[in-house]
Amino acid sequence: MSEEKVVDARNTYCPGPLMELITYMKQAQVGDTIELLSTDNGTAVDVPEWVNKIGHEMVSSEKIDEVWHIKVRKAR
Amino acid sequence: MKILIVGGGTGGTIIANNLARRLVNEIRAHKASITLLSASKRHMYQPGLLYVAFGQMMPDELYRDEASLLESNITFEVDPVSKFELDKNQVVTQAGKTHKYDILVIATGSRIMPKKIPGLEEGAETFYTEAGAIKMFKALREFKGGNVGIVVGVPHKCPIAPVEVTFSLHDYFKDRGIRDKVNIKYHYPINRMHSIENVAKWAKPEFDRMGVEIETLFNLEEVDAQNKVMKSMEGSEYKYDLLISIPEHHGMEVVEDNALGRDGWIPTDRNTLRMEGYDNVYVVGDTTNLPVSKTGSAAHFQAEVIAENIASIIKIGTPVIDYDGKVYCFIEAGHDRATYAMFNYDNPPDLKAANKSMHWFKMSYNKMYWTSVRGLL
Repeated sequence: MSEEKVVDARNTYCPGPLMELITYMKQAQVGDTIELLSTDNGTAVDVPEWVNKIGHEMVSSEKIDEVWHIKVRKAR
Repeated sequence: MKILIVGGGTGGTIIANNLARRLVNEIRAHKASITLLSASKRHMYQPGLLYVAFGQMMPDELYRDEASLLESNITFEVDPVSKFELDKNQVVTQAGKTHKYDILVIATGSRIMPKKIPGLEEGAETFYTEAGAIKMFKALREFKGGNVGIVVGVPHKCPIAPVEVTFSLHDYFKDRGIRDKVNIKYHYPINRMHSIENVAKWAKPEFDRMGVEIETLFNLEEVDAQNKVMKSMEGSEYKYDLLISIPEHHGMEVVEDNALGRDGWIPTDRNTLRMEGYDNVYVVGDTTNLPVSKTGSAAHFQAEVIAENIASIIKIGTPVIDYDGKVYCFIEAGHDRATYAMFNYDNPPDLKAANKSMHWFKMSYNKMYWTSVRGLL
């Protein structure tokens, strides 16, 4: 049974949204989805680059009221 | 009102001392009590390990007896907790003793998990423990030249440490006159060379000046200690002669064993610092799952908020302040310069050029820490 988890990394600078995502992706099982919340515009570029390089799956990425909602599925 | 603090590191000790002074009258009148349970009778100044790894401090300089740091109206016991029974407002210790509480603070900290990466323990040096720092220094002393790799696990304590150790390696080999025989390569998990954008903007030209190579998007998958090769999840490899690891961290085993939080990180409200689901349980420092640096500095500022709020709850029935995400980190830029990063949830750090004065301030702080942890600074 795959899980969905929200990781709230809004208004944080260190370790920052992508580091938070990596932390939670390590805890997740293959098939789980993590939704990362971030107010850092760079996250919308950084996350897909990391996800593509490492072989996970981008589910969606959208900005709602100044907050990026980026969903990633663990694929390996 | 029984206040129980579990963990005698930076956060737990500052909270205990701060509360002991704020509640001196209540404690004298037997209306409040503070008990601190720790796994050790000694308190370590952990940032000093970086200096031990370069032969600049001796290990015994890092320690004080915990009892000597605590106000006299605190009950201190070396008896780590084995069971958290939060629904009964009690904990059970390894010695079998049950402690009831009205307010609990969990300050158990974090630990390195090199075992998570095959071959890392055998193949790499690290400075996150006393034994590791001494071993790393001996390896550096014997090193004659070749490829030195720095590799960073996620999550890790002290996010500035990867940058600091790189500066120190450059200065160390330069001072020994062998820098031209050493190739230093810095590997970092995300797609810039530090998680804080302004630190990356500051450090990148410094690394270029020192001739340090950088590879980003490098998440360590395994180390072949025999052939001295490390491999990343992203598919790249690095052949090293000396590997320096900032290992992945977890929270303490007791937190995992009691199912308080995955990987030992306890779900915590980012402003109140209360454990999610429990109004009378606070979490501080590395133990939290907050998206904030795992550093003594964060623990220090959180500890002040928690102590002030527990005291105000006892005195007027309500907390008075929120944690704003404040962190202040010194950044050693080698053996004679430093700068700092100060930030909170709303304001990113604005780094200044490294200079000698900040380095000497940091060297002074290495001594002033003992005043800080007493809750006086």
